[in-house]
Amino acid sequence: MLAKKENPEQLVDLLRRMWLIRAFEEKVSALYAAREIVGLLHLGIGQEAVAVGTCSLLRRDDYVFGGHRSHGHAIAQGADVDRLLAEIAGRATGYCRGKGGSMHIAAPEVGFVTATGVVGGTIPLALGAAFAAKERKKGQVAVVFFGDGAGQAGPFHESLNIASLWRLPVVFVCENNGYAEFTPLSAHTLVERLARHAKTYRIPASTVDGNDLMAVRAAMDKAVSQGRAGKGPVFVECLTHRLRGHYEGDPAKYRELSQLSEWKKKDPIARFARQLKSKRVVSDGAMEKIEREARERVEKAAEFALSSPWPEPEEVDTQVTA
Amino acid sequence: MAEQTYLEAIRAALHEEMRHDYSVYVLGEDVALGGPFGVTQGLAEEFGKQRVVNTPISEGTVMGLAIGAATAGLRPVVEIMFIDFITLAMDQLVNHGAKLHYMSGGQLKIPLTVRVQCGISGTMGAHHSQSLEAWLTHVPGLKVVMPSTPADAKGLLKSAIRDDSPLVFIEHRGLYWSRGQVPDGDCIVPIGKAEIVRQGTDVTVVATAKMRGAALDAAQELDSNGISVEVIDPRSLSPLDIGTIVNSVKKTSRLIIVQEAVEQGGFAAEIAAKVQRDAFYYLDSHIVRVAAPFAPVPASPILEKGFVPGKEQIINAIRLALGKV
Repeated sequence: MLAKKENPEQLVDLLRRMWLIRAFEEKVSALYAAREIVGLLHLGIGQEAVAVGTCSLLRRDDYVFGGHRSHGHAIAQGADVDRLLAEIAGRATGYCRGKGGSMHIAAPEVGFVTATGVVGGTIPLALGAAFAAKERKKGQVAVVFFGDGAGQAGPFHESLNIASLWRLPVVFVCENNGYAEFTPLSAHTLVERLARHAKTYRIPASTVDGNDLMAVRAAMDKAVSQGRAGKGPVFVECLTHRLRGHYEGDPAKYRELSQLSEWKKKDPIARFARQLKSKRVVSDGAMEKIEREARERVEKAAEFALSSPWPEPEEVDTQVTA
Repeated sequence: MAEQTYLEAIRAALHEEMRHDYSVYVLGEDVALGGPFGVTQGLAEEFGKQRVVNTPISEGTVMGLAIGAATAGLRPVVEIMFIDFITLAMDQLVNHGAKLHYMSGGQLKIPLTVRVQCGISGTMGAHHSQSLEAWLTHVPGLKVVMPSTPADAKGLLKSAIRDDSPLVFIEHRGLYWSRGQVPDGDCIVPIGKAEIVRQGTDVTVVATAKMRGAALDAAQELDSNGISVEVIDPRSLSPLDIGTIVNSVKKTSRLIIVQEAVEQGGFAAEIAAKVQRDAFYYLDSHIVRVAAPFAPVPASPILEKGFVPGKEQIINAIRLALGKV
């Protein structure tokens, strides 16, 4: 459903942002297949609504933390796709000068603090940023994205406890995509809805359709407002699905094809586009243009990245300590 | 100059740095109550419980929280009650604290100080007595200091808190009530600078933490036998002032390294490797390590006494190096 207060230009912008993530991830996938970029890549195709629904409510002085599948979160928060793609390609022009890579994107200038290769690893970090934000009293919030696999890790539970105890302005965004690496959630826990853990720690929590942009945005609007108002943490579980494997090259044989086609029908971008169309917010032509522009933008980013210089070999042991 | 205990010197550094910089926060189990040994006594009264924060027993998350707070502009000082429990926080410390500056290409700074106390004192058994400094020095991005005197404890802690890198400040519980002269005013001891504690010409003894005292006792005793021992306290393990040690070995041609930690994979091995690299042709004898046996720390007082290296083992090692066994 589209909320009445949303203005059309803003809605189109959300669609544009989702398309930018989709086009970016598809380009990364193609570059990986062509061996233009290497490494361990986890793509968020199919999960764009969670990233955009959340970050569209954030400010640049908020603190956003990602996980191992976080290209989309960084783009949603406003990271520059040139520098992002250059980082994934290991070039000197990347956000981290090629020292971070796909799983360790940091774009603090737009509020994307860092991501992590350790499942659930940034949850405690977000608490710390929220702790600092609370002391600073400027209404900043910390937001952390993690998957259902993090819900069985110790720091997840410790963090829910401390965030609740200290009323920290942190929004826990659980992207429950049903799979922890290659294993369905049901094989790892009997607790089907991770939001239930938050309730145990007396944190307001909800579970939403993570492929419905406006549902995510509505839940996040409440969550972020609560954080800014100093009312403590909120937990939002977004049910979604990654349309690619766990990593690029993963044949994903653990997943039924029927399951994949069911989720493709719920593709968050197509779904939001249909909503906009039915409300006559955008025409078919405008819609095509949005997709085309997104693809052109990432083509430019790929050109920038691949024509960028490699880091100098001498940089290998620089910036080890500050 | 005033005489203080090691513990009082640490406490004074915390007070002064919290006064000096409002972004310094102290977090840990029972810190607002003074902690188990009273190191943080009086901090909560002066700075309030907003800045001296008692945490649940969640070492890993508290470590991560402090790192996150550091990315957002605070200078947290985290206390891990016993170094044995730093195991619970190693993921955050090693994977985020130590690496975020590098992985972000220098965009993020982590001005974090981790205070821990280590070592054998008071027959506390295998979970409250370890010396794990070598693990920490193996991690690029972490600085590690290990003061042995009240003056160094104070001066190094002040440097640590002002440093923009994550640093582990290792206290020795057995030194808390030892006394020494501490300079007045803003006494800073630079990180990465060793101290020649005693000048000598026949053999160099490098000793950390409580072993510094044992090494000095050994040197004193051998002095009357005409053996001149130079004693060096590295104070910082990472970065290590290897130059001071190498220069000493070039003079004495013999090196003994003493640590309270178990021998295998310990920090003494690192010093030995660097010295043979830089001063191989100056050595007149193999390098001797004095360390604890390769076993967990035992609980029984009799077993514990045999476990800790001390003056006698150091004297034997020196005689071995001098060929005077």
